[in-house]
Amino acid sequence: MRLVICDTADYVAEWSAKYVLKRINDFQPNPDKYFVLGLPTGGTPLGMYKKLIEYYKARKISFKYVKTFNMDEYVDLPRDHPESYHYYMYNNFFKHIDIDPENVHILDGNAPDLVKECDDFENKISEAGGIELFIGGIGPDGHIAFNEPGSSLASRTRVKTLAQDTLEANARFFGNDISKVPNQALTVGVGTVMDAKEVMILITGSHKAFALYKAIEEGINHMWTVSAFQQHPRTIIICDEDATLELRVKTVKYFKALSATHQKLIQEDGDAILRRSIQNN
Amino acid sequence: MSREDQQILKQFYNCCILRDGKILNEDLWVRDGKIVDPEKIFYDEKIKPHVRIDCNGALISPGYIDLQINGGFGIDFTHNINNVQEGINKVAKRLLEFGVTSFCPTLVTSPSETYHKILPNIKKTKGGKHGAAVLGIHLEGPFISSSKKGAHSENYIKQFEKGFKSLTDMYGSLENVCLVTLAPELPNAQSVITELCKRNIIVSLGHSVANLKEGEEAVKSGASFITHLFNAMLPFHHRDPGLVGLLTSDQVYSGKTIHYGIIADGIHTHPAALRIAHRTHPKGLVLVTDALSALGLQEGVYQLGQLKIEMRSGRAYIAGTNTLCGSTAEMSKCVRHFKEVTGCSIVEALEAATLHPATTLGIEKTKGVLNYGADADIVMLNKDLELLSTWISGECVHCNYKCNCQ
Repeated sequence: MRLVICDTADYVAEWSAKYVLKRINDFQPNPDKYFVLGLPTGGTPLGMYKKLIEYYKARKISFKYVKTFNMDEYVDLPRDHPESYHYYMYNNFFKHIDIDPENVHILDGNAPDLVKECDDFENKISEAGGIELFIGGIGPDGHIAFNEPGSSLASRTRVKTLAQDTLEANARFFGNDISKVPNQALTVGVGTVMDAKEVMILITGSHKAFALYKAIEEGINHMWTVSAFQQHPRTIIICDEDATLELRVKTVKYFKALSATHQKLIQEDGDAILRRSIQNN
Repeated sequence: MSREDQQILKQFYNCCILRDGKILNEDLWVRDGKIVDPEKIFYDEKIKPHVRIDCNGALISPGYIDLQINGGFGIDFTHNINNVQEGINKVAKRLLEFGVTSFCPTLVTSPSETYHKILPNIKKTKGGKHGAAVLGIHLEGPFISSSKKGAHSENYIKQFEKGFKSLTDMYGSLENVCLVTLAPELPNAQSVITELCKRNIIVSLGHSVANLKEGEEAVKSGASFITHLFNAMLPFHHRDPGLVGLLTSDQVYSGKTIHYGIIADGIHTHPAALRIAHRTHPKGLVLVTDALSALGLQEGVYQLGQLKIEMRSGRAYIAGTNTLCGSTAEMSKCVRHFKEVTGCSIVEALEAATLHPATTLGIEKTKGVLNYGADADIVMLNKDLELLSTWISGECVHCNYKCNCQ
C-alpha cells in the first residue's frame, strides 16, 4: 500500500488528478483499448474533478476512450435531483469533458428491478474488461461507497439500506428533513472495488483521521470496510495532513520519507521504480 | 426546416447564458428550435451534439421582444394600408439587426376602415430567417384621452359610447390582437377591459388623464400594463400620483405584477425618471422602442399614421412642431442606455427587454427565457451588451461580425 501525504486538501486534489492524468495517458487508450475508471461522488473528489477538467481544457488529457463506472446512487431519488449522483457527475465532471455518454455507467436507482440493475452493472464492468483504476473516498466511519460498517468484505453490487447515522448526516442536503433523505442506495460491493487493478482512495480532513488510522494501522475489519484494501496489491491512499492526526508519528514519518518516490508517480516522464547509480570511489 | 434539421443537436459552448435571473457559465443546447436539457439527453439518449458552436466568450440572452413599435425603415404600419404584409415583413427582417426576435406591430389612432383593412392582414407568425416573430398586434387608440393624444390625430379619437360594441365596431376582428392601449377614465372603460381580458387580450393603460383611483379600478378589472410610462399621462403629483402611482399601489393584489413600457432612448424619458421607475418597480419594467417609420432612416419628413413627422437631430417630431412622436431608437441601444443611466445589473437590463415583455403577454414559458423547452430565440452579446448575432429557433438570422454561425 502507498500512502501519499499532501500538505493540504487542495494538493490532494491536484496530486490525485495528476495521477489519473498520468495513468490514462500512459495507458494510451484507443478505440480498441478503453481505460476503465471507477468514480466516486461527494465533497472530497470535487477538487480532483475540477483539476481534471482544467487538464482537459488545456488539452493534456482526453476522455474519448475512457469508460466510467460510478460507485453508487440513491434509490428512488429523481435523477435530476441536485443530490442525485447522476446530477453530481454530469454537472461536476461529464458536461465539461469529451466523454462519450455511451461510456458512462451510473447505477439507476429508479430502475424497476433493482437487483437486476445491480447484476447488470457487475456484468457491464466485466464486459469492459474490469476496472483499471477505481477512485474512492471514505466516510468518517470508514465506509467505502455505501458499504457501511458491517458490510461483507466480499460484497458485490447490491441494494443497501442506509444506517441511521448516514441518514442524519445526509439530512443537511435535503432541507434538514430526515424523512426526505433516501434510505436505500445501490452500491458496488467491497469485492467489486477489490477486483479493480488499482484502487486510489482520497481522505481529507481531521474528521476522517480516525478512519484513516483504522484503515491502515489496525487489522482488516468489516466494521471499517476501507481496511479491506490492506489486502489489495495496488492501493494508493492520498490524504492531507489533517487526516493523519490519529496516525502514529512513526507511520507518518515512514510514508513521508517516501515522498520523493511518490512524486515520481505523477511526473510526466516518471517511472514507478526509482533507479539511481551508485558511484564507486 | 427539414426533418433532418430538426434532429440536429446543437451545443453553443464557450459562452455565458442568462437563465433564472443569473448569468451562468453554461452551454446552451438546442434541438428542433427549442432549448433542451443536455443532462437528460446525456443520460437518456447517450448522444453527443451534432454541431458545436464556439461562442468565443459571448453572453447569450433571450432575443429582445418589442411590445410597441409603429414601424421602421420607411414603413409605417398604420399608414401602410395597401401592402400590409410586405411592410411587416420588411420591418420584421430588419429588426433582426437590433436583436429583436419577436414584436408587436403597433397601430396608432386611425379611422375604423384602416383597422378593418389592416388587422386581418397582420397574422401572428413564427420568426425565422425571414424576420422576427409577430406576437400579435398592439392597438394604441383610438379609445384614448384627447388631452393626452401625443402624436395621435384628435379627429379619430373615440369613446366607448356603446361599451364593448364600440370597440368591436371600430376594430373588427380581434383575432390577431394581443394588446390594447386605452384610457381607463373613459365612460364604460371598465366593462370593456373586462371583455378584452376574457378574450386573452392584454389591456394597457395610456394616453390618459386617469387619476390613481381610476387606474386601480382598471387593474382590478384586469388591466396589467401601462403604455410608455410618464409619456402621455398626468405627471406624478403627490396627492394624486395618477397612473404612475400604480407602480407602488397597494391595491394591486399580491402576486400580480403591473408591467409598464418605458422608452429608454435617452430622449423620451429623462434618466432620473428612468431611475425612479426602475428603483420603485424593477420587476415590471419593460423596455419598448415605440419606434416609428423613421427608425433606420436619415433626417427628413416621413408619414406616421395620419400625420407627417420630421426627423431632426436624431429625434422625431410632428412636422413643424416640437412635439415628440415616438422614437427612432434601436432596442439594443435602449438596453445599453437603460443599464448605463440606472446603473442596474446586466441581468436587470436584459430581462427588461426579454423576460418582462414575455411575462406581460403571458408567454414566458416559450419566449424571453432560456429555460428548457423555450424557443431558441437568442442574441449573442459582448460584455458591453453590443449585439454580435441574432438567432431564431437556433438558426443564425443575423450576424454583425465574423462568427461561427455557418
